[in-house]
Amino acid sequence: MLQTWLPYILAGIAVGGQYALIAIGYTMVYGILRLINFAHGDVFMWSGLIMVYLITVLPLWVSVILVIIFAIVLGTTIEKVAYRPLRSAPRMSIMISAIGVSYLLQNFALYITGGLTKTYPEIGFLQKTIKIGSATTKMVTVITPVLTIVLVFLLVMLIKHTKIGMAMRAVSRDFETSSLMGIDINRVITVTFVIGCGLAAIGSVLYFSNYTGINPMSGAMPGLKAFVAAVFGGIGSVPGAVVGAFVIGICENLIKGAGWTTFSDAFTFVLLIVILMVKPTGLFGEKNIDKV
Amino acid sequence: MKKILVLALSLVLAMLALAGCGGGGDSGSGGGDTIKIGVFEPASGDNGAGGKQETLGIQYANKMCPTVTIGDKEYNVELAIVDNESDNSKAVTAAQNLVSQNVSIVLGSYGSGVSIAAADVFADAGMPAIGVTCTNPQVTADCEQYFRICFLDPFQGTVLANYAWDSGCKKAYCLSKLGDDYSVGLVNYFVEAFKGLGGEVVEEQFPDKNSDFTSYVANAKNKGCDVFFAPVSTEAAALIIDQAEAQDLGMPILAGDTWDSNVITEAAKGKNVDITVTTFYQEGGNPEFDEGIKAWMEEDSTAMTNNGGNTDLAAVTAMGYDAYFVALEAMKAAGSTDPADILAALPALQVSGLVCGDVSFNETGDANKTEAFVKRCNTETGAWEFVKTQSAE
Amino acid sequence: METTLNKKTKSVLSVAAIALFLVFVYLGDIMISPGSSWKMLITVIEKGSIYALVAASMNLLNGFTGLFSLGQAGFMLIGAYTYAIFTIPAASHDAVYQYFEGGAIKWSIVEALEGSLGVFGHYLGMLIPMLGAGLLVAVIAFLIGIPVLRLKSDYLAIATLGFAEILRAFFQWNTLGPVTNGSNVLRKYTTYGNAIFPVLISMLCIAIILLLINSTYGRAFRAIRDDEIAAEAMGINLFKHKEISFVISSFFAGISGALLAMFQTTINATPFNTVMTYEILLIVVIGGIGSITGSVIGAFLFTAASEWWLRGLDAGRWLGISASFMRPGFRKVVFAVLIMLIVLFYSRGIMGDKEFSWDRFISGLKNLPANLKAWPSRRKAKAAAKREARAANAAARSRAKEAKASNEARKASGEALFTPLEVSDTVIVFDKEGK
Repeated sequence: MLQTWLPYILAGIAVGGQYALIAIGYTMVYGILRLINFAHGDVFMWSGLIMVYLITVLPLWVSVILVIIFAIVLGTTIEKVAYRPLRSAPRMSIMISAIGVSYLLQNFALYITGGLTKTYPEIGFLQKTIKIGSATTKMVTVITPVLTIVLVFLLVMLIKHTKIGMAMRAVSRDFETSSLMGIDINRVITVTFVIGCGLAAIGSVLYFSNYTGINPMSGAMPGLKAFVAAVFGGIGSVPGAVVGAFVIGICENLIKGAGWTTFSDAFTFVLLIVILMVKPTGLFGEKNIDKV
Repeated sequence: MKKILVLALSLVLAMLALAGCGGGGDSGSGGGDTIKIGVFEPASGDNGAGGKQETLGIQYANKMCPTVTIGDKEYNVELAIVDNESDNSKAVTAAQNLVSQNVSIVLGSYGSGVSIAAADVFADAGMPAIGVTCTNPQVTADCEQYFRICFLDPFQGTVLANYAWDSGCKKAYCLSKLGDDYSVGLVNYFVEAFKGLGGEVVEEQFPDKNSDFTSYVANAKNKGCDVFFAPVSTEAAALIIDQAEAQDLGMPILAGDTWDSNVITEAAKGKNVDITVTTFYQEGGNPEFDEGIKAWMEEDSTAMTNNGGNTDLAAVTAMGYDAYFVALEAMKAAGSTDPADILAALPALQVSGLVCGDVSFNETGDANKTEAFVKRCNTETGAWEFVKTQSAE
Repeated sequence: METTLNKKTKSVLSVAAIALFLVFVYLGDIMISPGSSWKMLITVIEKGSIYALVAASMNLLNGFTGLFSLGQAGFMLIGAYTYAIFTIPAASHDAVYQYFEGGAIKWSIVEALEGSLGVFGHYLGMLIPMLGAGLLVAVIAFLIGIPVLRLKSDYLAIATLGFAEILRAFFQWNTLGPVTNGSNVLRKYTTYGNAIFPVLISMLCIAIILLLINSTYGRAFRAIRDDEIAAEAMGINLFKHKEISFVISSFFAGISGALLAMFQTTINATPFNTVMTYEILLIVVIGGIGSITGSVIGAFLFTAASEWWLRGLDAGRWLGISASFMRPGFRKVVFAVLIMLIVLFYSRGIMGDKEFSWDRFISGLKNLPANLKAWPSRRKAKAAAKREARAANAAARSRAKEAKASNEARKASGEALFTPLEVSDTVIVFDKEGK
């Protein structure tokens, strides 16, 4: 029994960890700005794409660092250019702006790549084949969950025990009051985007080492799934997003293993709708009261 | 203020409209010394890589033979290339765009779905179209205007099933992409033929935008299959090969003509996988053509990039090259550049001296082809090796 | 300056303009030869009118009721499939459903009615499945609406988007193959002959949407959009009105799906994805959220730009400019940048939340020369204002800097910046200015 299901569970854990790294960006941005950052999945895709180009001229470790820096710069620039001017505008406008940015990033990638899938560079130790029980898999499958959990632990420590973390919690609780308390809102938001995009860049290295093709649409589906993971876990909650991501990753692969391949993507959305109906605030979310 | 902006905006747009028409309008009305051949190929999307390679063959042919003498008059041949984006819904407007550019005949496409989608547009306009490597029978089935120079999926599926059965496989895992006419069709005919031979099959489909093939490879292993049949786009192919290696698939992978591409050989190079494909053309079949096009790609960096960065020939490139000459022959036979005359001349057309074998059409407009080449990927050198020619019997 | 026409003149003008447009479309489709580049104009009008309908339906929901729904593509999908399934001629069933033994439904409504009623039956046979498509979508939307409409803004958006994706997977399911042809294309179904058909249908539907918006329901929708709680306090049944708006909007999305199926001549489920919804949303934004006229103009501009005017950007030659960076895909980049510019700097869109009116149109025309003449001076005034604002800003910044420096200095010299006032109960009040 376990023999048969082991490969699916392993694959699910790996992809779940990668979704988790993307989902953190969604959940933190939503927690603070109440904005579904639709462009986040595309920042993830672009990190992968930049890696393809960087690795041709630079050594691996330099490229990885540059990719992370690139993602951070891209993410914060998007925030400055497309979200900040609209902060006082209606919620719908800023969401439309996010969709517009996503559209732009995808189309720009389409132009750069000529619409063709690029092959992700080999990162030797990540792609090494290893055997676990009856299953054969890539090294990245094992590294991903470990790395994810370590990073999430560090992030939770940061949020709980540092000054900026405290500021983040304050801003997510009440945007206006915290700005009146002298918290530099812009700085908090920038830090949020820095963390979110940095983690997405690390996620992209892991994800694309496992699934080695990148095209302009590669970020869309993982992005949506990561967002669903964030909603599932309770938006605004980092551990919630991680749990949600692992649940989605594992379920998705088990469903494929059971032969329901047509519905592997649709399942994610079924899960989303069920959780929204049953517990709209997600597993670990806090109840949000609308004030008149 | 707002009003002025609106007015200014609409003025600019109106100018754009005029300019846009001007841009399209200078194409000449067919009466001049230039005739246009429409190239209806994907340059982006799932089939972008293959579409570009096919277009390359057409462009090379156009470079080799830029004029055609029809009647007593010599015409310059110009290519009008549109991108159908590998997308059935975009294909219709792309086809309309070609028709509105006043082309005499259309070549393409790589990928059957877009050709099926565009067939009605060509039919309405009375525009003859020659399919290059769209193998689904539906392309020509009820469209008088569509012809094609390649073999069909019922044939290819049978050939592949025979090959699999002959090499001792009893249970086949078949993977196709949801909504992709090419892979769904080919899998369907393969399954029919393979079951007819007494084999067993497991069929699965993956959704659009999927890049995680881990579970599909695991499914094939778990169900105890002997062969992994996945005639999907090259984009998905590279990912499947990668996963097959990572999970130690342990069975041969079998695919159709789309996989005959340097995308596959590059993905498979140095990996422990066994890939066999059926295709239209074997590199080395016509050394003169091979050398010529390679020299051209060495010279022209854009062409090299479009071929995927090296000069390895894909069968679709050779087919594109052939299609161009079939189109020229059709015009010569018609003695006219008018689409209607060309359409009338096509059914009786016989063309020889092509690189992928002679072409003549049967009553549905399909080429009479009876053999396919079987090739196997040498993962050490990263090149295709000829195995045999296989027929449907 | 303001001219007001009487109601009668306005209606005459409207009817004349519409009639003129219809005649133009009808004749245009007949007269323009397929080889002419002007044929694209007709194509753009066809596709534009279909998108105008779906954009108007989305605007009804997003712009007028304030429900941010992203399920439009899913509803169009159902509409397109319903229409196509029931109008495939009997003779073509074996070819279309080639993997499913000719399918489960072996007749076509069009053929059945054509047999007994002739040409009239032909069109009736097209209208019935189209209406059926709309009604089926409405029923499905009603069911989806029951759970989903309780959600608020972004949650609603993501839930409707999720439903659209689930619907798409459902329609691709092989088990339903005998009806939906699995994931394969449906084709050979009856389509319209002249471009006037989609234009007329979508005009009719948009007119109904306009009537609805101007009715008491429309006012209730707007009240909900502006303030849900206030609207509820005024006695508007929130759920009922949201459900009505959602169902009606979906009904028209279904109709436009059927029209899109006819326009494309073949359909399958794959392209009805989130990208399609986003495109419709962007049309609504370009036109102006809360303006049906805007949605219509937006739809035509969007279609014309993406299918026609900007095509040259891909081919490397546009407006007489040719450059090597204009290669396939460049069109979409330019297009996306344009959209971002509109979203950021012109977020009210072309029409804002105003509708077209003859009064404004005529007075706009009349004032055009004067406005054009006044333009340079206005620009100058605006630039001067901007300069002033910048100077004021800089001054404020330098003042702040000075204040900060002096504060620092005072802090360094050990002076207390804040002096706590006396404690009253448990609240400590700080005097920020210091003494």
